[in-house]
Amino acid sequence: MAAIVRALYEGAFNLFEKPMQMLQYSLGAHRMAWVFLLPNLLIFGLFTYLPILLNVWYAGTSGDRILLGERDWTGAANFATLLDCGSYLDPNTCRRDLFWRAVHNTGWFVVLQVGFMILLSLIAALILNRNIPLKGFFRAVFFYPVLLSPVVVALIWKWILQRNGVLNAGLDWAGMPTVNWLLDPSWAFFWIVFVSIWANMGFYVLILLAGLQSIPSDVYEAAEMDGTPAWRSLLRITLPLLTPTLLVVMVLSLIRAVQAFDEIYVLTGGGPGSATTLLIQYIYDVGFATRPRQFGLAAAASLLMAGVLLVLTLLQLAATRKRAEDG
Amino acid sequence: MAEVELRGIVKEYGAVRVVHGVDLTIEDGTFCVFVGPSGCGKSTLLRMIAGLEDISGGDLLIGGERVNDQRAAERGLAMVFQTYALYPHMSVRQNLAFGLENIRMPKSEIAARVDEAARMLKLEPYLDRKPRALSGGQRQRVAIGRAVVREPKVFLFDEPLSNLDAELRVSMRGEIAALHRRVGNTMIYVTHDQVEAMTMADKIVVLRDGRIEQAGAPIDLYNRPVNTFVAGFIGSPRMNFLPCKVTGHDADGLTLQDAQGRPLRAAVDGRTVGEGDTVELGIRPEHMHPDPEGYPVQVENVEQLGGESYLYVRTETGVALTAHLSGQTGLARGGRAFLAIRPEFAHVFRKDGTALPRLRLGELEGDTRT
Amino acid sequence: MFGFLTLRRGRDRLDMTDWIAFGFLGFGVVLMLGPVLWLALSSFKTEAALQEYPPKLLPLAPQFVEVEGFETALQRFRVVAGEHAGRELAQVRRVGLNAQMIDPANPDERLNVHINDREPVRAVRIASENYTGLFTRFNFLLYFWNSTFITVAATILTVLFNSMAAFALAKYRFTGRTAVFLLIIATLMIPPTVTLVPLFLVVSQMGLINSPWAVIWPAIATPTGVFLLRQYMLTIPDDLLDAARMDNASEWRVYWKIVLPLSAPALAVLIIFSVMWRWNEFLWPLIVLNRSEVFTLQLALNSFQGELQTAWSSLLAMTVLTLLPITLVFAFLQKFITQGIAQSGVK
Repeated sequence: MAAIVRALYEGAFNLFEKPMQMLQYSLGAHRMAWVFLLPNLLIFGLFTYLPILLNVWYAGTSGDRILLGERDWTGAANFATLLDCGSYLDPNTCRRDLFWRAVHNTGWFVVLQVGFMILLSLIAALILNRNIPLKGFFRAVFFYPVLLSPVVVALIWKWILQRNGVLNAGLDWAGMPTVNWLLDPSWAFFWIVFVSIWANMGFYVLILLAGLQSIPSDVYEAAEMDGTPAWRSLLRITLPLLTPTLLVVMVLSLIRAVQAFDEIYVLTGGGPGSATTLLIQYIYDVGFATRPRQFGLAAAASLLMAGVLLVLTLLQLAATRKRAEDG
Repeated sequence: MAEVELRGIVKEYGAVRVVHGVDLTIEDGTFCVFVGPSGCGKSTLLRMIAGLEDISGGDLLIGGERVNDQRAAERGLAMVFQTYALYPHMSVRQNLAFGLENIRMPKSEIAARVDEAARMLKLEPYLDRKPRALSGGQRQRVAIGRAVVREPKVFLFDEPLSNLDAELRVSMRGEIAALHRRVGNTMIYVTHDQVEAMTMADKIVVLRDGRIEQAGAPIDLYNRPVNTFVAGFIGSPRMNFLPCKVTGHDADGLTLQDAQGRPLRAAVDGRTVGEGDTVELGIRPEHMHPDPEGYPVQVENVEQLGGESYLYVRTETGVALTAHLSGQTGLARGGRAFLAIRPEFAHVFRKDGTALPRLRLGELEGDTRT
Repeated sequence: MFGFLTLRRGRDRLDMTDWIAFGFLGFGVVLMLGPVLWLALSSFKTEAALQEYPPKLLPLAPQFVEVEGFETALQRFRVVAGEHAGRELAQVRRVGLNAQMIDPANPDERLNVHINDREPVRAVRIASENYTGLFTRFNFLLYFWNSTFITVAATILTVLFNSMAAFALAKYRFTGRTAVFLLIIATLMIPPTVTLVPLFLVVSQMGLINSPWAVIWPAIATPTGVFLLRQYMLTIPDDLLDAARMDNASEWRVYWKIVLPLSAPALAVLIIFSVMWRWNEFLWPLIVLNRSEVFTLQLALNSFQGELQTAWSSLLAMTVLTLLPITLVFAFLQKFITQGIAQSGVK
């Protein structure tokens, strides 16, 4: 096996050696930097920068044709449609009520998911930071769901939450009423938050744990020598020293939560009704899943979302810089 | 085998000039040492010769051929780096062979060269080890071996011994000198350590701020430093300087006066200075010794090493001096002493730092110690 | 009370706070692993056992017995009440609320038992047909191959392109370097979800719709990968590269023979990320892969579960096979992965 890998590695080297050498002789060694950059920049240009520009164009056109030349320029009409609302607090008064329901759902989702996830991750990280046996095992267990694909995560929970699933069987056994979890709007929303925390929490536990481990232990020893009670050392030493990491974790999870889609889409399909439809699903539904495809509307909605993400990312950069300065 | 010639070599980073027109000829087979304090441009100069830095101006000739535009590899040089720069993922054998494989040398010849270098540098037992399993001295030898197998025209060394402990440094110094005797190639060696320079070099080039201060044989630099910088840099402990005034000159040298009005003599050609000029008298620590007729000083500290002694003293005018005496001394801290400053050992520097020619050097050769 | 949240220093004795900590962790383990184990366990049950409510823990199947004089095997029951309580009988047929049963040892005597008085005799039986069926009745291998192809091809290209770019950014000084670096890092701010529509145009104009390359090409230039590798390559001493150049190595050789091998730890982290990203990717394939013969495993799972009559037995087995590769990788490289992620702070 190792021999095969080595042979492939050598083969690839020989394959590119001659042309790269020719390039180096004709361009000079210092211009090779651009040769090395070129493939990556081409891909970025074609699949990231170009789409960003096109997105703006799409947002200003309407129709169901994909080619820009065949689309009608409508200016800000798509944005006007999306933003046309009696009251932004009540999706029913909006022209695109589904969009605003998705916005509302996403807002609640972000607040609940991020809030509870950080709290739980923090507790888990604090415990895992103790000198307890089997630490590595526990850390691995908390992290494992992070690696699972969103579809698998959704199916795992769908199997548990279905009407004849093990959860209802357990309630039955305990003499409590069973619930059709994913068909009840409130419960369905609870479960998308729960499942998404379940699937992502391990990642943040890991980051927080790394932050905790960078706090020197002699600080705690000094506090113990001073007779500081445990809760006080938690509030006055651990949390302040962890704040920069917490900030990073918060912004990172916010950005991700705004873009949540996969596991929720498979678990509930956005239902019942539109109770668990989030922003990305709205964009997907409008632009790709339902006909006629409203690319313009989808592009406009994603630009609005990009605005929110931009703000969150700038927050993240500021938080990262603060962490770097403090560290 | 080749002569290396630098003609008006200049290095600029943007608007900042770090090497200012260096002219230098290093004859074929010479062991040439670039020495100077950190930031003097010695490493930059070496890297320009190596081809690792572009040359901003001037010409570089190796074996009479202008090589400014040749790539590092085409110049036929080999370099030993300060950090050794051994490829950590390759065994010693692969490290030695890498450069030869790159020029598609036949396998049998590679093996022969590697074996020979390994024998020469006593690396045979370690050929299949990775660099991290070697000691500092062994790594150093691998780095040298990597240069040796290439059979380069010129060897370049960039502070190769600075990461070794003192004892190892002395023995590696000997090994590199022995290597030079054996292969006879031109070698250019960069260091900030003047002891290395003095012990190894055929020719020392003292650099400061991107300029050559002085170039020449080690003993010449020691005996005839052209200015206070070279005088202070070559020799250890460094030369003592005593501010003086010129009071007169004759065929034997200058008559001087220190700040207290105490007379001193120096055997230098004083025709270019006038009476009343401020100068500095330089005297090496090893050239001062106790003498009842000598210069009065206050002993601040005494270091007795058994075979030699160091006196740290202060003159009446507050100038700190160091004296290096052979053997042991009865002088004690806090006492008064008298130190001879003999005219034939004295150096005199003008106000701008340049040296006056010494007159009686011939008498001293082979007898610099009294 | 909050003692369990603070650092415990290496004392010998476990105290109260340790037990609270263990309690929390134990609950966490059940919550994190339980669902996955339940899925795995369920995937070995027959469709009939899956429909059963309340569900049994182990995959149980009814037992049958061959009895002389009957062409088909008869199901075995244990009688728990009534006249024949305690006996184990085989059922011949069911008539209304009564079952006609016989004792296999004495096949001539017919016994009548009320159906609520008997329980089927069952034993653990692994329904391996759930798995074998995936290969015979469903195109599991095709989906598996599609996913594998996309994952492997994208990962190779990701590592190659990103490391080349990182090498240029870390080891060359050229005008525009900072600008290029910022340009690449800035794409971190633009998640792919924002540019779905125009990306679809680009990919469809390249004629890639329903081709695995529609998933591969847009994915391979990752800002995360470039950043990760660049930071690592900055720690490789420049002397090493200079030494190689003095050793007659071309720039390509310096990159391939010196820089790449020395970046192995960072490359491994990127490989793991890339495998995870591509294997688990869902939304973009969902948009560009519409024909079932190009489906990835994730898409196949999704379309399968969306069907009206979900055959849970096959779906569960397929889910298990989908999570298996990632689980195996994690089991072997657990420490490495968690460290890599904690250090780089990306997912």
